[in-house]
Amino acid sequence: MSGCGAPDQSVVVTGVDTTTETVLSGKVFAEGAPVGGAYVRLLDSTGEFTAEVVSSPEGDFRFFAAPGDWTIRALHRSGNGQALVTAQGPGVHAVEVAVA
Amino acid sequence: MSRENVLVSAAWSEENLGAPGVVFVEVDEDTTAYEGGHIPGAVRIDWRTELQDQVRRDFVDRAGFEKLLSAKGISNDDTVILYGGNNNWFAAYAYWYFKLYGHDAVKLLDGGRKKWELDGRPLDKDVVERAETNYSAQEQDLSIRAFRDEVVEAIGTKNLVDVRSPDEFSGKLLAPAHLPQEQAQRGGHIPSAINVPWSKAANEDGTFRSDEELKAIYGEAGLDGSKNTIAYCRIGERSSHTWFALHELLGHQDVKNYDGSWTEYGSLVGVPVELGSGKEG
Repeated sequence: MSGCGAPDQSVVVTGVDTTTETVLSGKVFAEGAPVGGAYVRLLDSTGEFTAEVVSSPEGDFRFFAAPGDWTIRALHRSGNGQALVTAQGPGVHAVEVAVA
Repeated sequence: MSRENVLVSAAWSEENLGAPGVVFVEVDEDTTAYEGGHIPGAVRIDWRTELQDQVRRDFVDRAGFEKLLSAKGISNDDTVILYGGNNNWFAAYAYWYFKLYGHDAVKLLDGGRKKWELDGRPLDKDVVERAETNYSAQEQDLSIRAFRDEVVEAIGTKNLVDVRSPDEFSGKLLAPAHLPQEQAQRGGHIPSAINVPWSKAANEDGTFRSDEELKAIYGEAGLDGSKNTIAYCRIGERSSHTWFALHELLGHQDVKNYDGSWTEYGSLVGVPVELGSGKEG
């Protein structure tokens, strides 16, 4: 276990059991191009904050969540945006967020 | 307790970069963030390797803290401005830790690294060298640190504030959702605890909510102002954020942080554990 350090936010999910973990993985875009350094916030189905990561230089982020409906909200110097994702069960669920 | 005594704004901080007697210190969950760019002149403290004993599960002792701050070039007279990522979780933890060892002149940069970056303020990668000092620490102030026996005794008597997310509180998740979920401990929460996620105390940009908003949040959640309070989370960092809100911003008198938190409590044999939202009964 790597303590409490945030994992590498790369889109390739390695070292994770995706048969049991519900992974929400995706990219942040600004003006059509991936953008790093965005603050990506995971909100649950009631809008309650659950977790936050910073997108990688390639715009990638990921969360270890649970099945259900989630909102992913991104904040960046260039603007904010959000997207909805529904995870039916374990596995990797892809999502894209545009900020403007 | 005045907000100005414990918090500084990003604008104030930028104006005071390099000011004599002011030392900026970055403490991050992601301990590599500093290398990618830090506030000019700021030194780094690694919470994992420098604030934790590397063998036992505990903090570095008083002599260790003195050695650490001396090596960082921080003196007893310096005003330390702490900031970090993840809404200042670990900066708040370091703030509480500095207070534990008696450093009074310590403040948090409101909003931390996030606010600084969203504002587009400067970061650099320069190596920061500060002359070594001869720092002198106090014995731990245990009036702000709770241990497990005290927490068990507090069930049903003191305010227990579980500041984790609702899914961690209910037992659905064992760690924040940006971390893997394999953990040894049982899921759930300490009976009689109220669940006020740390994030309730923060605005979206990472700054703390106003005193009026904070009073309303904790009041509506059922925090009894006439009772003493113990805050906990998973490893004691998010609860430092709430400890800051309750003790430093709202001025509640007897507030302790239980740094053992759920990783300790959820691993104890024989203690009571409650599942669910805690609102059913």
